Amino acid sequence: MAEVVFFIAGLGAIAGAIGTIALRNPFYSVLALVGHLLALAALFLLLRAEFVAAAQVVVYAGAVMVLYVFVAAYVGDIEEPIWEPIPGQRLLAPLLALALFVELSIAILGTALTSLDSEGPLIDETFGSPASIGELFLEKFLIAFEVSSLLLLVAAVGAIVLAGRRRPTSKAARTEAREAERLV
Amino acid sequence: MDVSWYLVLSAMLFAIGATGVLIRRSPIVILLCLELMLNAGNLALLAFARSLGDQDGQIFALVVMVVAACEVVIGLGLIVAMFRRRLPLNVDEMRGLKG
Repeated sequence: MAEVVFFIAGLGAIAGAIGTIALRNPFYSVLALVGHLLALAALFLLLRAEFVAAAQVVVYAGAVMVLYVFVAAYVGDIEEPIWEPIPGQRLLAPLLALALFVELSIAILGTALTSLDSEGPLIDETFGSPASIGELFLEKFLIAFEVSSLLLLVAAVGAIVLAGRRRPTSKAARTEAREAERLV
Repeated sequence: MDVSWYLVLSAMLFAIGATGVLIRRSPIVILLCLELMLNAGNLALLAFARSLGDQDGQIFALVVMVVAACEVVIGLGLIVAMFRRRLPLNVDEMRGLKG
């Protein structure tokens, strides 16, 4: 049973990944990535990471992808030119990726870690459950937890500064902005 | 299922994402390909967590998701700012800082 689910979800993940890089329209790329993320969530469940799978579906496929869809719709279609700054880049890149994949596979399959050739040790039912993940976050990894919350806050402020419309407040700043616009 | 299957799948997904970063020009699609690579890394982390029977890898995967979300927010903010200033949305033409 696990094999069937693995191969279906794995093929779905690969198809979604290829769709993401091959589709011309960024909007369809985003939709392909949503399919990829859902297939990956199924794989996470097979690895007994139920909380991470739920977070993947809710946070990634839900929230982050909605952001992508909005920006792809706002920016619209982007024409990708045929012109290449590095000649032959579109041919060399897949070769490089293939070499990377072969190297990584050799490293994985040739490793002396014997635990990789098994399903992993027997684990109890609480493995990966929200309760045990929360306990780890609040006890063993409290600093990482707090730092990631700070990082999210900084990213939110940064995004507002980057994308927000600036309204000049004082009169001097307004004339300055008009001057700058005239120069552009 | 042996854990090495998951690791090989994650290597394949990472290679596909790397191809996308190299062949595409649109910044949105390049961000999507970065997501592909980060998720391949997440799959490998969870596979190792399963093979060791240790949940610390799952915490690492969640932190990677947080960092990816931050990266997306900043990247999309940059894209929207570029679009507002009517700059070309093509990473090859954004070479003002190139030496």
